[in-house]
Amino acid sequence: MSLSAFAALLEGLLFTPARTAKLALLREWFATQPDPERGLGLAALTGELSFAAAKAGMIRELAAARTDPVLFALSYDYVGDLAETVALLWPEQRGGKASPPLVSEVVAGLAATPKPALPGLIAGWLDTLEAGARLALIKLVTGGLRVGASGRLAKVALAEWAGRPVEEVEEVWHGLEPPYLPLFAWLEGRGPRPDPGTAPVFRPPMLAHPLEEEDLAALDPRDWRAEWKWDGIRVQIAATPGGARIFSRSGEDITAAFPDIAEHLGFHAVLDGELLVLRGGEVAPFGDLQQRLNRRAVPPRLLRDYPAHVRLYDILFDGAEDLRALPTDARRARLEAWFARVSPQRMDLSPLIPFDTPEDLARIREGARAAAIEGLMLKRADAPYVAGRVKGLWWKWKRAPLTVDAVLMYAQRGHGKRSSVYSDYTFGLWRPDGAGGEELVPVGKAYSGYTDAELAWLDRWIREHTVARFGPVREVEKALVLEVAFDGVQRSSRHRSGLALRFPRIARLRADKPAAEADRIAALERWLPAEEGAAG
Amino acid sequence: MAPHPGTWLKVTPQGLYCEPGGFFVDPARPVPRAVLTHGHADHARAGHGAVLATAETLDILRTRHGEGAARVMQAAPCGRTLKHNGVRITLLPAGHVLGSAQVLLEWRGSRVLISGDYKRRPDPTCAPYEPAQADVFVTEATFALPVFRHPDAAGEVARLCASVARFPGRCHLLGAYALGKAQRMIALLRQAGWDRPIYLHGALQRLCDLYGRHGVALGELRPVPAPAKRGGTVLAGEIVIAPPSAEATPWARRLADPVVAVASGWMRVRQRAKARGVELPLVVSDHADWDELLATCAEVGAPEVWVTHGREDALIHALAQRGIRGRALHLVGRGEEGEAEAPEAADEAAAPDAPAPPVP
Ligand SMILES: [Zn+2]
Ligand SMILES: [Zn+2]
Repeated sequence: MSLSAFAALLEGLLFTPARTAKLALLREWFATQPDPERGLGLAALTGELSFAAAKAGMIRELAAARTDPVLFALSYDYVGDLAETVALLWPEQRGGKASPPLVSEVVAGLAATPKPALPGLIAGWLDTLEAGARLALIKLVTGGLRVGASGRLAKVALAEWAGRPVEEVEEVWHGLEPPYLPLFAWLEGRGPRPDPGTAPVFRPPMLAHPLEEEDLAALDPRDWRAEWKWDGIRVQIAATPGGARIFSRSGEDITAAFPDIAEHLGFHAVLDGELLVLRGGEVAPFGDLQQRLNRRAVPPRLLRDYPAHVRLYDILFDGAEDLRALPTDARRARLEAWFARVSPQRMDLSPLIPFDTPEDLARIREGARAAAIEGLMLKRADAPYVAGRVKGLWWKWKRAPLTVDAVLMYAQRGHGKRSSVYSDYTFGLWRPDGAGGEELVPVGKAYSGYTDAELAWLDRWIREHTVARFGPVREVEKALVLEVAFDGVQRSSRHRSGLALRFPRIARLRADKPAAEADRIAALERWLPAEEGAAG
Repeated sequence: MAPHPGTWLKVTPQGLYCEPGGFFVDPARPVPRAVLTHGHADHARAGHGAVLATAETLDILRTRHGEGAARVMQAAPCGRTLKHNGVRITLLPAGHVLGSAQVLLEWRGSRVLISGDYKRRPDPTCAPYEPAQADVFVTEATFALPVFRHPDAAGEVARLCASVARFPGRCHLLGAYALGKAQRMIALLRQAGWDRPIYLHGALQRLCDLYGRHGVALGELRPVPAPAKRGGTVLAGEIVIAPPSAEATPWARRLADPVVAVASGWMRVRQRAKARGVELPLVVSDHADWDELLATCAEVGAPEVWVTHGREDALIHALAQRGIRGRALHLVGRGEEGEAEAPEAADEAAAPDAPAPPVP
């Protein structure tokens, strides 16, 4: 199948907000496309296959040679995106077009063609394509393909299509290369399960359920182990004779972003831990870790100022020995023994927290105010390490959220089921306006936390109190107070208020409270991480 | 020698005025005498004294504004020439919507062809465009940028049908302008073999009935039912047609997890479609695209082209390269109904050119 089919998939993924619909599109792609096209398309979507064969400038020159400069400028001005402008105004061939290339032909062509011949090759392909496929090709050859399809989504779609648990797909995934022929053969029952050999592969991690108050009362402290839930990102370190990888919780390979960890992975083990930025033994705010995420190359300055560290929770493999069937206590003993034996750099052990009664735990959780701690983890002493979220084995007990009373400022309609409902709320807090009065400044956006009834009430209120409209956004009277819950505050230069909230959500509607009595921005500043709060 | 059209066809604040004839064409404000090209509100306003138009356009005018739409209405069939104060008036099909016509004016051997809005693609709901020669061609320029090239409408309708098959548990809510686009999409769906009932938003019913009275078969059309119980949803697997942005109103909550589709030439620019929250953009337009605008100007053969509304800068530039003199008329009040409006303004009738919303 041709690049046109791939372009249709791409467009579907781009315009479909719902995860279920994206999955349906991907399943259809796997079911209807032949090898190797489906695997190459998959790799292009997940970023496993990315080219930088052509620069934007080359595409621009190709278009400029074929169009009037005034018309090009007017078009670019209107469309606003170079790739889309070129795709749309590329002159159509009169009469029959040559047949469009296969995805595999594009991949092979880019690999085999010397640089000076690339413009001609790309122009030849563009001549055979419709506008949508031209855009897909341009994005593909310039490495600008971003469609919001994560590797995780692709793996779930593969599993659903093949009728297998997603964990099975994840276990073989990282040993494979595009176009994944053995994977498709296995999933279609035509071939054996791909053997990753000694390659470092991702093992689906064990996840926790949120603890409810009634679960706590039923806990027998003798059967449970407690430790901190650190506020970083959960990672899996897989170091084998075939190499070493750092995986995110969803199985994305993030090794390239953390060379300061990767260079110390000379051992052979699979470990579960929390990735943090650590300075002088202190865990830095989550915002510092964010500086290090989503990078393919890391400038030395970042390595120096935001040093990464892994705090270990668990061990899955010691060498080639699979420890996952062992109970928690036995794995902990193995982890401590392994740590003492290997003394890995840039790592430490997440300590166990002793407790005697459920009330002890509640007190410990209450007392946890350090920004680096999200709450408590409770693990059954006899639980094996199993993939996914199995109820009754691990609990997470987040510390109580922080709250502020904020004023609703703007509302935006949602997508899909919510496209007729104002469901995204921008809220603000008061600050001095410099002229003796006070002004509202937006501090965040929330689109969850409310009940269906509250959502319906908010929607009606917003429609009745609109003062201005900007496309799908309404500005409302500054008259409704929302109690907003959040997990933390950090400084942010991207926000007008200079602050950003972590995971804000609507806790309660406070229609009873006058807007003037909502919180001041100073109420947030006191929650800033200690060292910054003092400086600011 | 024949007089130059500029000496007898004037641009006034109300619109184009034929001086010897004493009438306006598509005036923006009430006038004593008007010739109307078609029924879209930015061309056909209520409150004129005497109106000349096709019988279909007059029927549309009556349906929208009642008998008070104009004091006197005179129907003129396409292709027959009338004389008024020495001016010869001939209506010719424009292929835009039902009853749409171009107005050919001749005075003392000087000819002007006023196209109104037009398209060159086949449309099962209206008569096809008929070219004619003129000294001045008055054209629209709604899609006058080379980025606008409409694909084959049948292919776009096939994409709609494929989406319905892919998401059988969801309702497809197709946004289409009430006059013309809605009926054309229905007719195209019928041509594609969609023989199930098509469900209509209440705002489309009267115009669909009107098309039926004029012999345009649209198959079985039904109103959108209310859910059996409060909070329930209806019409999974079905197609509902509604005015653009109806998905933003509380009315849409009765529909089962709707896929929001929009049929419009503006959907060609995908980033714009995405910004509007459209899930299935269908590029189907009742206006000429870039290539068709240029081809039509060449076909009419006029040495001078006047541009009423749209992207006149690009069109006039391209015409100059072809040795044709272009002139922008800057007619006020155009482009406020149908596709000629900017896509952003289609959203809940928001003020056009609204500033971007502030972000926190
Ligand atoms: Zn029109
Ligand atoms: Zn118009």
